[in-house]
Amino acid sequence: MSCGGVLLLRAVGVGSHRALGALPQQRLAAGSLRRLLRTGPRRSAYVKDLFLGKIQKKDVFPYPEVTLDELNDMKQFVIPVEKFFNEEVDSQKIDRDGVIPQETLDRLKQLGLFGMLIPEEYGGLGLSHIMYARLGEICSQDGAIAVTLAAHQAIGLKGILLAGTEEQKAKYLPKLATGEYIAAFCLTEATSGSDAASIQTRATLSEDKKYYILNGSKIWITNGSLASIFTVFAKTEIIDSNGFKKDRITAFIVERNFGGVTNGKPENKLGIRGSDTCEVHFENTKVPVENVIGEVGDGFKIAMNVLNSGRFSMGSLVAGMIKKLIGKTAEYACTRKQFNRPLSEFGLIQEKFALLARKTYVMESMAYLTAGMMDSPGFPDCSVEAAMVKVFSSEAAWLCVSEALQIVGGLGYMKDYPYERYLRDSRILLIFEGTNEILRMYIAMTGLQYAGQVLKKKIRDLQKGNLSVAMEHVSAILRDSLNRKVSLGLTGRDGVVHPSVEESANRLEENVYYFGRVVEVLLRRFGKTIVEEQLAMKRMADIVINLYAMTAVLSRASRSVHLGLRNHDHEVLLTNIFCTEAYFKNLYNLSQLEKYPPENLDEYIKKAARLVLGNKSYTCTHPLERIF
Amino acid sequence: MAELRALVGVKRVIDYAVKIRVKPDKTGVVTDGVKHSMNPFCEIAVEEAVRLKEKKLVKEVIAVSCGPKQCQETLRTALAMGADRGIHVEVPESEAERLGPLQVSRVLTALAQKEKAGLVLLGKQAIDDDCNQTGQMTAAMLDWPQGTFASKLTLEGDKVTVEREIDGGLETIRLKLPAVVTADLRLNEPRYATLPNIMRRTTRQPGRWEATNPSLHRPPSVVLQPLPVQVYHCTYS
Repeated sequence: MSCGGVLLLRAVGVGSHRALGALPQQRLAAGSLRRLLRTGPRRSAYVKDLFLGKIQKKDVFPYPEVTLDELNDMKQFVIPVEKFFNEEVDSQKIDRDGVIPQETLDRLKQLGLFGMLIPEEYGGLGLSHIMYARLGEICSQDGAIAVTLAAHQAIGLKGILLAGTEEQKAKYLPKLATGEYIAAFCLTEATSGSDAASIQTRATLSEDKKYYILNGSKIWITNGSLASIFTVFAKTEIIDSNGFKKDRITAFIVERNFGGVTNGKPENKLGIRGSDTCEVHFENTKVPVENVIGEVGDGFKIAMNVLNSGRFSMGSLVAGMIKKLIGKTAEYACTRKQFNRPLSEFGLIQEKFALLARKTYVMESMAYLTAGMMDSPGFPDCSVEAAMVKVFSSEAAWLCVSEALQIVGGLGYMKDYPYERYLRDSRILLIFEGTNEILRMYIAMTGLQYAGQVLKKKIRDLQKGNLSVAMEHVSAILRDSLNRKVSLGLTGRDGVVHPSVEESANRLEENVYYFGRVVEVLLRRFGKTIVEEQLAMKRMADIVINLYAMTAVLSRASRSVHLGLRNHDHEVLLTNIFCTEAYFKNLYNLSQLEKYPPENLDEYIKKAARLVLGNKSYTCTHPLERIF
Repeated sequence: MAELRALVGVKRVIDYAVKIRVKPDKTGVVTDGVKHSMNPFCEIAVEEAVRLKEKKLVKEVIAVSCGPKQCQETLRTALAMGADRGIHVEVPESEAERLGPLQVSRVLTALAQKEKAGLVLLGKQAIDDDCNQTGQMTAAMLDWPQGTFASKLTLEGDKVTVEREIDGGLETIRLKLPAVVTADLRLNEPRYATLPNIMRRTTRQPGRWEATNPSLHRPPSVVLQPLPVQVYHCTYS
């Protein structure tokens, strides 16, 4: 995985801190509902400092708010969309037929759902990230529709939005906003899934330098046969700064009517069967040079930025789905009687509902916190936070839907009920938009790189004899040895959390501090080769996802209690349960990270895997086998 | 008639899909935190008024709602569907439960006269109380003809032809304007407010002026809110 690791580092280093060209600023009304286009370099958000054992309070406290006007507008938007999904969308039929009916697609276009992210001046709704997340909660009722909409706007046309020129935007966005043109994102190929930098599709500049000739095949493209606008990534030859010829990826806007664009047959999928997924082939397609997005050779960065910016909405999407499930399942659990008692009285069933409620609460909190951060002035780079939301939500979705199916028992297994469809639809969440494994590596590596830079600077300062740094270092060592409780500013005099969640906040602080120390230890132990230690990085990613989740729920619960929202004591309860659970899981992972073999099982695991992979089969002798 | 103004009454009720629960002290149903929306028959009435406006038979559609401040949400939905203006007759929350067809019809009467409406469109009944009285009472107080349970509405000149769904079948009557019509289920299929329309509707207007304290039966005074919605404050007397 080394080349994947190197490339991700490159993407992280280059992508997250540079702007994609200066874009004009829109109205800067405070609390403006409409989304502003980015401009200027972006500062890093909250999570990277967790790797140094610090909590940047001001990034996450208080929990993001919208103005009353925006809230009212949001509620107004929700009404017709909810009504449409409740009354006019027959998810069972869509799943059975494997296609979304044209009338449904037309209604979606009329409702304006194809242009949610496009700014108003191009005919879209120009929604902020928070609003988009809110509407996503409703769209997730039908997985196929949610994926079709997301593939169109969250990735398909995002490239044009983020990095396109005024001419490109004016030419394409209005028709994309009304849904007259549907967009698709073409990156994956048969030989390049997670390793996006290894794509083989080529675009060669024509003789007269007016066109690029595009050749290649892309697979598993959502909206592949519906779309007329494709964001295609292809390798182009460029001359780099040293004068050498290099192959770099470039992003193109390709229209179907450029010629040479063909589709394969629709793929027969496990879930989201209503969405259209197929191969897209480009044969000598002529793409005008004006259709290059951004700079030639900038494609990989654009791809990463596009993918990073769409991820956060998965949190609210899944939360919306699970909320509906909780309602249906609770109805069942309270009416169904076994052993003369309703199911809701049994502890194991209650545990499942508490799990569903807890996970939903965390997902919602994380998603809206991230969306709020992304909407805040300065537009910080929240790609790591968004990745964490995606990992947590996708895994929670799979778990929660499975548990809900379990509650309903045999009924859940039958196609007459929606549970098995939810299960099949939610399995893809762990795979697309960046597999959870890749995202964990990304989370860990971004944080480690940041921590590494800061620590390197600290060590240099120490070596130079900087007294304040030395004192800080010594006092930290002393503090650890004396085992004093650490306070990172969440509680106490300048505290930002409400007293009812103070204990959970203390646990979070303890975890964060310990984590910062462990990161230092690991960086010293492994140095640059830490990128090879995937099992260690996975633990780190799991820890930091939990830390971010704990922060989100603490922030939200504090706000709820301060405002006196309905059922805030229930929120406090869920917060405390989750934080306690996460605290102990983190402690386990942290201790495993610190240890060497044999307490740390990583080496043994790898050894066992090597044998199995070497023989390409299960290698133990059959239990019934005899020698004598 | 290009000069015709339509006054449409809309009521905020518990959403039809919600499972109603009785309060533990048995004094009523649980309304706190429960999803509310516009009465379906009122939606049909608004849709009809907007269609008449689109056919250029009606000049202005004014939506009216009586109740606590949450009614403004219902008015916004009506505006998003195509109504031009909204009037919110605000009733304090404590007295909202005592608000019945008699009081509402008095308000509608006063407003119809104040706004010089030529057509009052209401839903035939509300799905929470099923009273089926407001339209009829309003017509009586205004001394206007009424066409209730309308399943078809045609405006011709200064007359309106209403096809009514009654127990025995269908009855067609012709009324001279001004008139009160209440909408039945098959009058039309309400459109969805599309999100672009909702956005266009939420234009902000500045300006407020002070309200005096009126009673329900006297002509109310006006407080202008930053929306094309006027708020009238009312108390019981």
